[in-house]
Amino acid sequence: MLQEFEFLGVLGAITLTIPVVTLIIAWLLRPKKPNPAKQETYESGIKTIGDTWVQFKAQYYIYAIIFVVFDIEAVFLFPFAVALRQLPLYSLIWAIVFIVLLFDGLLYGWRKGALHWN
Amino acid sequence: MPIEIPTLNIAALTPFLAVTVTAFVVMFFELFVNDKRILGYLSLLGLAVAAISSVMLLGVSPAPAFQEMAISDGYALVLNLIFIVTAALSILISLSYLGDRALQRGEYYALLLFSTGGMMLMGAATDLIVVFMGLEIMSIALYVLAAFNRRKMGSGEAGMKYFILGAFASAFFLYGVALVYGATGSTNLSAIGNWFTSGGGDLTDPIALVGLSLLLVGFAFKIAAVPFQWWTPDVYQGAPTSVTAFMSVGAKAAGFAALVRLLMVSFGQAFTLDWQIAVAALAVVTMTGGNIAALAQKDIKRMLAFSSIAHAGYILVGVVPGTIDGVQAVLFYLMGYAFMNIGAFAVVAVLEHRVAISSAIEEYAGLAARKPLLAAAMLLFMVSLTGLPPFVGFWGKLYVFRAAVEANMSWLAVVGVINSAISAFYYLGVVVQMYMRPAAATEDGEEVVPISLSGPVTITLAVAVIITVILGIWPTPLVNLTSLAVFG
Amino acid sequence: MMPIPLSWWLTVSAALFSIGVYGALSRKNAIGILMGIELVLNAVNINLVAFWRYIAPTDISGQVFAIIVITVAAAEAAVGLAIIIALYRRRQTAVVDDLDLLKN
Repeated sequence: MLQEFEFLGVLGAITLTIPVVTLIIAWLLRPKKPNPAKQETYESGIKTIGDTWVQFKAQYYIYAIIFVVFDIEAVFLFPFAVALRQLPLYSLIWAIVFIVLLFDGLLYGWRKGALHWN
Repeated sequence: MPIEIPTLNIAALTPFLAVTVTAFVVMFFELFVNDKRILGYLSLLGLAVAAISSVMLLGVSPAPAFQEMAISDGYALVLNLIFIVTAALSILISLSYLGDRALQRGEYYALLLFSTGGMMLMGAATDLIVVFMGLEIMSIALYVLAAFNRRKMGSGEAGMKYFILGAFASAFFLYGVALVYGATGSTNLSAIGNWFTSGGGDLTDPIALVGLSLLLVGFAFKIAAVPFQWWTPDVYQGAPTSVTAFMSVGAKAAGFAALVRLLMVSFGQAFTLDWQIAVAALAVVTMTGGNIAALAQKDIKRMLAFSSIAHAGYILVGVVPGTIDGVQAVLFYLMGYAFMNIGAFAVVAVLEHRVAISSAIEEYAGLAARKPLLAAAMLLFMVSLTGLPPFVGFWGKLYVFRAAVEANMSWLAVVGVINSAISAFYYLGVVVQMYMRPAAATEDGEEVVPISLSGPVTITLAVAVIITVILGIWPTPLVNLTSLAVFG
Repeated sequence: MMPIPLSWWLTVSAALFSIGVYGALSRKNAIGILMGIELVLNAVNINLVAFWRYIAPTDISGQVFAIIVITVAAAEAAVGLAIIIALYRRRQTAVVDDLDLLKN
């Protein structure tokens, strides 16, 4: 049964090799002229202020919740899209009904101000 | 290669669609309508359409819908009527209750309708996938409803507790579904039944047995059976009273709806003995545990919560025999319970109105002198819940226990009768408070807060009283209705 | 070529189920409990897809069920998080042991 994993092993090896090779090529080709500004962790932009682990605004979670719900609903559209060509035309109506229901939810969230950032 | 779309037979699910479409409409109009009471009445209209279509479908021969995923047989349609009655009475309570607390929101009615839709789906489901979907539609809406009163701390706590334990129970239920699917190779209820009877299924298959027990755990949680009842008192106490009224009947009825169909159709013939013992044990501990815990309660909502646990036990007695008579007795009981229990919660909701009267039982002292009619209504509901004639609660218990006796399980009926006697103590305790104790003396300067009854909740009370009495004197109409409840 | 036996999948699933149940029971933070429940739901999904492949490959209900479980789990998590946020704003806590207002 381990033969079945051979494929995965080869795939893993290839995916590891490609970025490593790219990095090595870049390392070989690039000019090396270090200066203090380049050695900074954040080379561009301003230095960070305060603790990294700040508490997120509660509104951020509301965005996240809305995103998760709509994101997951797409899973129902994938099987439909795959079978689209074999399906009769009126089955499209059901997909449209589904999207309209999702849109009702989005409209509701929008009107209730869930998408408004203060 | 074109894929053929099977006939969906959407007509069979008209009641469900009427309710869910109304819910979407309510949610949409919530954005534009200022007087939210209109949305409550709109919801009642949707429920009326659902009720009419259910009655009309009763005259048509049952037809499977969505490739045998659901069916509109007599069983599902009678259950629809129970859910519609529950939802309508609760909406009427809500119209008054929410108005007094400045909680009148369109979402409330939309969620209540979604929840009702989920219950209907559970009643009509002939496939475990649809049972699960109905269960989740019902539960997720109920989690939010329980936490609906954002100004009251207890409400959020109730919602959170209900959510965590409910999601946990759903997960167990789902694992059970997966195991049953693995053992039998199908999620269709009749196909599972065929696998056991004629498909060469092994009656001692461990995967199927573990699956069935996990399913029972999931249902026991939803119907609040001991030992899966811990959440009930907290959630019932913390949730808005109108929501408590709705879920104490609706969620219980829906849980029984799917449980009974599963046991009868899938695990019906070949398997009866195995689950009978488990369900009988569940019935005994649920009745006894609920009643004994109720004796010690000082808060009326908690007392009614434990009493609802005890009632789940009585109803389970009707499930144990596994006969169609038992099933119809269960439906009779649930319908009667809907009227008397929601009636009792309506009284609680009215008295919870003002700050002065909380939901502590001792606050009911002297009510008979202040509001004789309200006290009389409460007296009637308490007597009916105890199971004394001539009220509907008596007939419910009689039919359920008779089903047990006819299946040679008289001992179960005896346990039930003893428990009814125990329950009289705490139900009549409320009556004693109302009629025999004087109201607590008011201190100087403290005003006696008037109790006011607004229109909608009065309708609920009137309907509940009238039906409880009429069906108590003349139960034949409901018996005739439940006799239509057969599996298609 | 020998295929992976069904029991392997069931073992992984049972392990995930147990980890999820343990997580849900041992955590005091509501978010942690929610994560435990999600693990249980994923254990169910592994079971469903494995059973579909080995027991009933002609009938796609196992796959369809898994998709429905995924979406329901997301809906449940969304509602649960919303309740937790609402409660946190009011009580400044997400620890379930602090929820002790409701008692007799």
